[in-house]
Amino acid sequence: MDNREFLLRRLHSLLGIIPIGLFLTQHLIVNHFATQGVEAFNNASHFMANLPFVIFLEIFVIYLPIMYHAFYGVYIAFTSKHNPGHYSYLRNILFTAQRYTGVFLVIFIAWHVFETRFQVAIGNAAEADFNMMANILDNPWMLAFYIVGVLTATFHLANGLWSFLVTWGITQSEKAQRYTTYFTLLVFLVLSVIGIRALLAFV
Amino acid sequence: MGEAAKTVIFEIERRDSTEKESYFEKFELPYRANMNVISALMEIRRNPVNMEGKKTTPVNWDMNCLEEVCGACSMVINGKARQSCTALVDQLEQPIRLQPMKTFPVVRDLVVDRSRMFDSLKKVKAWVPIDGTHDLGEGPRMPERKRQWAYELSKCMTCGVCLEACPNVNEKSDFIGAAPLSQVRLMNAHPTGAMNRDERLNAIMGEGGLASCGNSQNCVESCPKGIPLTTSIAALNRETTVQMFRNFFGSDHAV
Repeated sequence: MDNREFLLRRLHSLLGIIPIGLFLTQHLIVNHFATQGVEAFNNASHFMANLPFVIFLEIFVIYLPIMYHAFYGVYIAFTSKHNPGHYSYLRNILFTAQRYTGVFLVIFIAWHVFETRFQVAIGNAAEADFNMMANILDNPWMLAFYIVGVLTATFHLANGLWSFLVTWGITQSEKAQRYTTYFTLLVFLVLSVIGIRALLAFV
Repeated sequence: MGEAAKTVIFEIERRDSTEKESYFEKFELPYRANMNVISALMEIRRNPVNMEGKKTTPVNWDMNCLEEVCGACSMVINGKARQSCTALVDQLEQPIRLQPMKTFPVVRDLVVDRSRMFDSLKKVKAWVPIDGTHDLGEGPRMPERKRQWAYELSKCMTCGVCLEACPNVNEKSDFIGAAPLSQVRLMNAHPTGAMNRDERLNAIMGEGGLASCGNSQNCVESCPKGIPLTTSIAALNRETTVQMFRNFFGSDHAV
């Protein structure tokens, strides 16, 4: 039997955590430098933007995995028939939320990259620095959009971590899966606090 | 029970044949103590008159054992798939809405064709091959505690409720659903069945197999027999992870 679908789904699950989940965590932590002032953030941002081989790091650790995860993910989202109305169990609600947040994140991330990294790439901005973000988040609608974006991203990662552990057969029993639900809830809360604190530091 | 309990109202999604459009028809029946959905359907069959007082065709449905072990009478009752033989009218909100499990082809009214489930069982080789040209003798013994555990998995009656509840089993996907996957775990747990475990694992690694599960876990919540379907799926996920590497790199442990 052809097991292409099996491999594609496993790859989708893996890439969501490694490298995308790790990248998101790193990104939110670096953003958190904003709470220590303009200079601290600019230094951190400058360091990240000038890593050796940065273009290769970006392509292989960020762009390619995220594009595969996004496009295959949209396909997955649109091949399910959501039914949390009649079957309103926690896992089914989270299953539905995972797909809605995923589709939203494709839009949010595309916009976010266009506004920041892409503007640097085409020469409209010298560097993605504190002022760039402060200008964007000056608009209260944009701030709200970014807060929703960060929350959906941290939710999608935390819930995705739970299903990653099931998909690879790491958590099997009902109890193991329940404890992982608590653990991933903690991951969601911690990453959300870090992300939101960073966003508010630009305002 | 007060005044309102004297009659029971049913709202049934009907359809004359697979290709025909469906329509809802209401029926009002006299209440009887302890009645279940099947006894109500039998009453409608006895006197097929709808709520407007018009004579209509009797409602078709499937049934067999009447004690929740055959799985034939599964239907969607007030939005949730379950067996109609154990759906007690006293425990249901009225009007009681009966619908066929539309994940399957609807034959007529509430009758569906669950053939795809039996085809899936064939696809995943959910049997223990023991036939041969000569007596193969006794198989290896199974530990009693393992037998007791495996017995729970063997309670599956192919009723289709887990497929109906699953958001990933639909016309856009060829996912086989939880029931046949759990049968792979059952057959692989059997000491003789385990001699072909890699064949079954490779079968569920194919199109519409294990990978199409999205972990919504509706199956385990809905299963009338309380089969640990999601534990089976997660256990198979682990076994197929190993099988994937065995397939890729080759292994001395084919079975």
